[in-house]
Amino acid sequence: MSPDSLYLDHAATTPLLPAARDALLHGFAIWANPSSPHRPGRAARAALEEARARLKAALHWDGEVIFTSGASEALALAISRCVQPLAGVSVVEHEAVLRHAGDAARIPVDGLGLVDPAASALPGLVAVQQVNNETGVMQPLEAIAAAVRGAGGLLLADSAQGVGKLALPDADLIALSAHKFGGPIGVGALLVRDWALLRPTGGQERGYRGGTENLPGVLAMVAALEAGAGWLDHAVELRDRLDTAITAAGGVSIAEETARVPSIAAYRMPGKSANAQLIRFDGMGIAVSAGSACSSGSLRTSHVLDAMGIDGANEVIRVSIGRETTEADIDRFIAAWQQVAG
Amino acid sequence: MTYLDYQATTPLAPEAREAMLRWLADDGFANPHSAHRMGRAAAAAVEVARDQVAALFPPGGKVVFTGSATEALNLAIRGGPYGPVAVSAIEHAAVRDTARWFGSDFELPVSADGVMDPEVPFPDEAKLIAVMQVNNEIGTVQPVARLAERARAAGALFLCDAVQGAGKIAPPAGADLIAVSAHKLYGPKGIGALWVRDGVHLSPVILGGGQEGGLRSGTLSPALCAGFGAAAALSLARMAQDAAHVEALRDAARDVLSRWTLNGSADRRWPGNLNLRLDGLDVGRLMSECRTIAFSAGSACASGSGRPSHVLAALGLSAAQAKNSIRLGFGRYTTRDELIEACRTLDAAARSQGV
Repeated sequence: MSPDSLYLDHAATTPLLPAARDALLHGFAIWANPSSPHRPGRAARAALEEARARLKAALHWDGEVIFTSGASEALALAISRCVQPLAGVSVVEHEAVLRHAGDAARIPVDGLGLVDPAASALPGLVAVQQVNNETGVMQPLEAIAAAVRGAGGLLLADSAQGVGKLALPDADLIALSAHKFGGPIGVGALLVRDWALLRPTGGQERGYRGGTENLPGVLAMVAALEAGAGWLDHAVELRDRLDTAITAAGGVSIAEETARVPSIAAYRMPGKSANAQLIRFDGMGIAVSAGSACSSGSLRTSHVLDAMGIDGANEVIRVSIGRETTEADIDRFIAAWQQVAG
Repeated sequence: MTYLDYQATTPLAPEAREAMLRWLADDGFANPHSAHRMGRAAAAAVEVARDQVAALFPPGGKVVFTGSATEALNLAIRGGPYGPVAVSAIEHAAVRDTARWFGSDFELPVSADGVMDPEVPFPDEAKLIAVMQVNNEIGTVQPVARLAERARAAGALFLCDAVQGAGKIAPPAGADLIAVSAHKLYGPKGIGALWVRDGVHLSPVILGGGQEGGLRSGTLSPALCAGFGAAAALSLARMAQDAAHVEALRDAARDVLSRWTLNGSADRRWPGNLNLRLDGLDVGRLMSECRTIAFSAGSACASGSGRPSHVLAALGLSAAQAKNSIRLGFGRYTTRDELIEACRTLDAAARSQGV
């Protein structure tokens, strides 16, 4: 990143924390295979299991943990190996859920992007995310979990955007990704309330996920998690500042009226397409995005904003704040926004 | 500690570590799927690495990055639909178990020296034939070029698990799908690849953002890709040098362990693998008495599951003979002196058991 760059795309990925980098480099030196029976292998196994225990402690999770290559793999694993077939998904899920959804019921959202818990009461596996990756909207997962379980179902929560920022949701299966909270790309986990909820396929991770474990990645993920979320209080102030300034400049803050994770905001600039905005911001050295990174660059409109019935969905960009984002960064973005809006 | 378990994993090459650091630095992060400038720089690094990894394979295909070789093999087998799958009796659990769970399970036999007959009959129904290039437990090199040719003539696709051979010997010719792992060729853990011949169509197993041409969703790590790429490039540049080193090591080890019986063919094997047995040897005791040497028991399935070795059983060894076996694996960073010393220690410990 050149010194004049401004990165406000932390929901796509956020910088590796120094503690995570140190843990990764330490992990590179513990390179034996944790499945090997000899001393270095057992040392690698011990480090892996200690990291698992630390992850559970940091998350206050007393269920099981399956390390994966990321949230996409964790979600695929949950959906393909759960003892209950997928019965429903919210329409605002990430593609990593939606593309597995087949003919499962689509659970609608209201104009603020919220799922009605009653509509999620389905007997089977129900996937509802904790935090939307495009708008930051937080789902009422406690009520949704109660509704799903009341119907005899199980709740799968994609918490890729929530873990490391919010308390874990009350769900039966939870997917997370390290690089969304300061860990490295290429590692994540599926949390499982009880092994009995999944069918094993053999291999490592108690037979639930084959492949040599990425120990350096796991160590770095745990170190990132332990860094805590104290910075979010500051993020609330920064986003309030953004909301106020952009609204005053004629922009629209999406789902401003509902609970959102403080690090993600979506803004509509009436009359300017998101792609045109991105090109202008990119030229000014400012990294923001239209929707998710995976769909950026494509011309299709956001399924999330469409589902919410947002006017001018193709004029909305996502601004996401990180641990190191400063007030000066926000003011620079606001000035750039005013310039682009003309 | 003398590390003699190079089939389980290899040390991270300093060059691979160095290549990763650039993408772990404060200014190195970005999602390679982001459209902005930093994202494009990360994407460019991924593509440089992809070209480096592609050099491990024959021309005429594309590289799909995955989280591991196991995931690559899952994608190859589950990404069908092919219909029935036939796998060799000595495949890794990543192939055997996946074929068993997701396809029907035909087993192709192996001869007593651990090498397949290149003319082994294929079941008529089989639409996918999977035979590994180099066996992970006994190191035998399979006649995959001929098997691939015959699979094609029979109208089946050919999948080759090249985890143990990639970067060490020439790639399997004629395969349609080839799986490799970075950490077996001195690269980082957490990344592997599936090579897919042009014209072979797969369906993804992990869906989502549609990365890797829609075949494998999930944010790619520029650091892991760069480490894998650097390790692949180094392995290819050093292939002859590494092979000569390993052959010299093999000769030195065999000299010391001349009274031990080799499991599997002596000639048709990767020289960095010695799977050896001594009648009456108590391997558990040997391991506990030789704690400064990191090696594997030949009897245990290499996946760490504790299951008995299906490979040694497929060679026709008795359960007792399998239990009398050890696996020694060495490579680029093993020195001749440490290997000779370790072999002497192992042999002396065996003698002290009275075998």
